[in-house]
Amino acid sequence: MQSGLTDVFAAERVRAIAAAHQAERGALLPILHDIQAEFGYVDPAVEPVLADALNLSTAEVHGVISFYHDFRREPAGRVIVRVCRAEACQAVGANELVEHAEASLGVPVGETTRDGAVTLDEVFCLGNCALGPAVQVGERLHGRVSPARFDALLGEAR
Amino acid sequence: MKVYVPRDSAARSVGADEVAERIAAAAAAAGRGAEVVRTGTRGMLWLEPLVEVETPDGRMGYGPVLLEDVDGLVAAGMLDGAEHELSLGLVDQLDWMRSQRRVTFARVGVIDPLSADDYTAHGGLAGLRRALDMAPADVVTEVTDSGLRGRGGAGFPTGIKWKTVLGAQAEQKFICCNADEGDSGTFADRMLIEGDPLTLIEGMTIAAHAVGATEGYVYLRSEYPDAVATLRAAIDIAYTHGWLGERVLGSDLRFDLHVRVGAGAYICGEETSMLESLEGKRGTVRPKPPIPALEGLFGQPTVVNNVLSLGSVPAIMADGAAAFAELGVGRSRGTQVFQLGGNIARGGIVETEFGVTLGELVQIFGGGTASGRPVRAVQVGGPLGAYLPVERFDLPMDYEAFAASGAMVGHGGIVVFDDTVDMAGMARFAMEFCAEESCGRCTPCRVGAVRGVETIDRIRAGEDREKNLVLLEDLCELMTDGSLCAMGGLTPMPVRSAVKHFGEDFGK
Repeated sequence: MQSGLTDVFAAERVRAIAAAHQAERGALLPILHDIQAEFGYVDPAVEPVLADALNLSTAEVHGVISFYHDFRREPAGRVIVRVCRAEACQAVGANELVEHAEASLGVPVGETTRDGAVTLDEVFCLGNCALGPAVQVGERLHGRVSPARFDALLGEAR
Repeated sequence: MKVYVPRDSAARSVGADEVAERIAAAAAAAGRGAEVVRTGTRGMLWLEPLVEVETPDGRMGYGPVLLEDVDGLVAAGMLDGAEHELSLGLVDQLDWMRSQRRVTFARVGVIDPLSADDYTAHGGLAGLRRALDMAPADVVTEVTDSGLRGRGGAGFPTGIKWKTVLGAQAEQKFICCNADEGDSGTFADRMLIEGDPLTLIEGMTIAAHAVGATEGYVYLRSEYPDAVATLRAAIDIAYTHGWLGERVLGSDLRFDLHVRVGAGAYICGEETSMLESLEGKRGTVRPKPPIPALEGLFGQPTVVNNVLSLGSVPAIMADGAAAFAELGVGRSRGTQVFQLGGNIARGGIVETEFGVTLGELVQIFGGGTASGRPVRAVQVGGPLGAYLPVERFDLPMDYEAFAASGAMVGHGGIVVFDDTVDMAGMARFAMEFCAEESCGRCTPCRVGAVRGVETIDRIRAGEDREKNLVLLEDLCELMTDGSLCAMGGLTPMPVRSAVKHFGEDFGK
């Protein structure tokens, strides 16, 4: 959906995704997850399309998208890396790992490397609290991630 | 001959998949037909990847097994249960396991979570079958008599909640499982869903029969993709076997179950916020009353229970209320699935009766810190729970005893910190997290948390310390009393407990 509103195909796909969830009640979140899975992010241009398809106001759709951390408003890097910064991981050096990750990738948390390869994000709890620091690369969970292991994981992912 | 390797995401996070593949390959190369069964985890996470081999005496354990250990283990006769430096002995005989009382987690780590045969062979469906033979009101009475209280943290009696929903008149009622396990230091919901998802499905189906519901939702957080996949697969299996859908187990009960995936909002673990999210809205908190039991999902009477509450129901129905109620202390009946995390030598799952002390969990089960340094603080009950010093290790794990000490048992998560922790920094983090995750509906939480961060920053910078500590206490009191839900209402708990027990970190 890089070209936004003018992309007729993308708008059609968004309508098709919404239609696929027609039988479910209150299905906006599953629809947004599907849109993000297909396009990699939720372009602001989908808001009026979804509002029309679901008989909601654009403000309602915008309100939902902007409420949840998961929905990206712009494309991410090819690999998304999320470092856990919750208390249990902080107890075993998560903040130091975040600092290392920022230095190693050359971008602050929340941003994508200039070559578009990696987006660095933080997350609050991956449920791996006895094997921290925990890191998620794509959908894959990793435990006991030292700075050296972080670099190795990123090397494999790239 | 069977070899068991966990498929739990914690085990996978330290290489269980690679180990399982390597064992299959090495066994084949040795001309041995080994069936590698992927189970949940036993909860001894410091030993992951933990490999178990079926022997005539029981399951022999090896761990932690690294990829490079596999060939040597197979050559040394692991497939026959031979001794090796990684041998742990019979897993059921290990002190860690023998000292526990596994009720809710009885099958986790033992069975293939997606095998219907394994499930029924290990006692699955006994609770549902018995419940379906009973009148709904009798099932509610049984759950009430068991003393089961909400395992999500609030500790509200589950049977009382069900009774309210049963008594409500409505066209449709819902069962909603809160699996938005966002608290740091808690992972038992995830482990039950990944290790024995059919138990949760069975528990929800019993609830449906008990209150007259026809439809259920599991609200599962997006940070748990493996749990989402496992639960969806388990629901498919349950439908295939007639355990869900029309005429459950041949009875008149119809119950349909759906998985809904969250989208990264901590507040959606609050029950009314979760209901808003399930309806496709922003996850803002609803004022109570009306309570969800009367006006819940889509305005209909709704049971909202945590994964472990619903997951405990099949065992209660199978073995009877008395067997559960005889465990525990005071008004905290049955077992709790405690989770040991953070800077801990032996982290993982300890399911035991209420009444075990905090110190027994941290020092005896947990073995102290992973760093080898002294324990300085533990946070019990998630990000909204109190920080406690070693001097409070005599506290029994009991809802009332913790409440009397300005703390909470919560969801049973215990996070350990060594003596390098900066408690003023942790107090600031509690406020910062609240500011970030507040739904914004009420001012004490939305604005109070921001002011809390600023005030703690001034205290840490040495600005008017005494005055700002008084201001912080005043702010905490206001947030506690004036917030709409537990997010703003309990954020002061870690802050106040840090000031109280670790005042030196605030320059006191």
